[in-house]
Amino acid sequence: MSEQSAPPPAKGPLIYRQSIFTRLTHWTWALCLFFLLLSGLQIFNAHPALYIGQQSGFEFDNAVLEIGAVNSPQGPRGQTTVFGQTFDTTGVLGMSGSVEQPQFTGFPGAVTIPSYRDLGTGRVVHFFFGWIFVAALFIWFLASFINGHLRRDILPKGADISGLPADVIDHARFRFHHRRTYSPLQKLSYFSIFFVLFPLIILTGLTMSPGMDAAWPWLLDVFGGRQTARTIHFGVMVLLVLFFIVHIIMVLLAGPLNELRSMITGWYRTSPGTPAEQGDKP
Amino acid sequence: MSGVILNRRKLLLGSAALGSSLALSGCNQFDFLGQRGNPVRQALEQANVLTYRAQRALIGDQVLAREYSASEIRQGMKPNGSTEPTTPEYMFLRMQNFSQYKLTIKGMVEREVSFSLDELRNMPSRSQITRHDCVEGWSCIAKWTGTALGPVLDMAGVKPEARYCVYHCYDNIQKTLSGDIFYYESSDLVDAYHPQTILSYGLNDAVLPVSNGAPVRLRIERALGYKQPKYLHTIELVDDLTPFGRGKGGYWPDSGYDWYGGI
Repeated sequence: MSEQSAPPPAKGPLIYRQSIFTRLTHWTWALCLFFLLLSGLQIFNAHPALYIGQQSGFEFDNAVLEIGAVNSPQGPRGQTTVFGQTFDTTGVLGMSGSVEQPQFTGFPGAVTIPSYRDLGTGRVVHFFFGWIFVAALFIWFLASFINGHLRRDILPKGADISGLPADVIDHARFRFHHRRTYSPLQKLSYFSIFFVLFPLIILTGLTMSPGMDAAWPWLLDVFGGRQTARTIHFGVMVLLVLFFIVHIIMVLLAGPLNELRSMITGWYRTSPGTPAEQGDKP
Repeated sequence: MSGVILNRRKLLLGSAALGSSLALSGCNQFDFLGQRGNPVRQALEQANVLTYRAQRALIGDQVLAREYSASEIRQGMKPNGSTEPTTPEYMFLRMQNFSQYKLTIKGMVEREVSFSLDELRNMPSRSQITRHDCVEGWSCIAKWTGTALGPVLDMAGVKPEARYCVYHCYDNIQKTLSGDIFYYESSDLVDAYHPQTILSYGLNDAVLPVSNGAPVRLRIERALGYKQPKYLHTIELVDDLTPFGRGKGGYWPDSGYDWYGGI
């Protein structure tokens, strides 16, 4: 509060935050996850039910999710059963489309590729983008290990754990600090994406392959059977969609232009008062 | 405080924009990918060739699919696809309890051979409790009994130029104006000679029922259900799959499914 102190600069320094590998893989994943999600829902629609165990119970019940249509006095209705609880999901799951032309699919055609039922095409799209997705992850891990991104920005350290409560409060108050490194919550989210969710969705996807189950039989033991793996694959998909929604909200709240610039050019404007370092731009 | 309000407004605006863009993004702009022969689709289909090569490189030719214990058989084998072929030829065989049935091995072989059901049953048998994985996503565990295909092929003497087995079936899976379309499938010789690849005539300790492919169904245990042709009558050794059906090596591959079917 001393009158002599210089006013803080209006802007923090512009720092080079995202390497070319991070940026390229980021946009590759954005594209891949879009196609993987929509073709994945197409594949799911071929048998819109999820089970626990090695096989699907047709003469016994091991289903945890079932989407279908039932007849009611008011006509057909969409119905979803989750863990034994049945919900009317007409218009979204089991039955969607217009009253004149109802569509009896698990997920509606608006969120599947193609928009009509075509399992073969769903599989063509899914496996193409699956390969690209895995290749990008491989490149990212290799590059991030070499250029230090993993150690510096992704792996949470002691300070991140102790700083977590304060960071949670800051986020809850929409107070964002544009620092040189990620905040504890950011680190934890990206860490869970790269070390938990991405490996899980790839490995559970491979567990559904009868060929891979012969090559790596431990997949069946780790995930408790092919049908459990399919259920986990679906669950991780839901978590990734939630991550996407929060990710977009955070970009919008934290300053979409600055965030987009950092993921396109690599350069990121820090908060006022951030100490400048060599290599920064004013 | 005002900053917080502003940000909350931004958040609401942002989520509204996101929600409406999601609702508007009906996906029929990608329906062209469903057109067989579309160049973009053909490019994407190359990933299936990569999957085939990668799995062949990664998985040893003799590596077995998991076999389960008898306690894992918790239900009957779910029938799917054709469950009751209606061609006169098949109905005639069925009426006589398949006593007139012959399995023929032909094509690029030293000698064309045929075996009756009794002859197949008298060959060394193998039983395996395996998981049947349908391309739709479901799985079902059952016990399959039959004789290994490899030694049967060796009795015919596969010529060195042969690269694939084409499996011809009795079931008219699709009836069109220009006649019936019969189910057929094919595999490379790795799958054909795999120790678990059997000509199965028994299911869950009983005679293979019609709904599951009687009298003989091929099992290729490291592939999806559509690679396990039912109602098998002829195995043809070839070096090219294009002359059959629409040239993709199987009834389902002809309608856009990947030929390898290992994933």
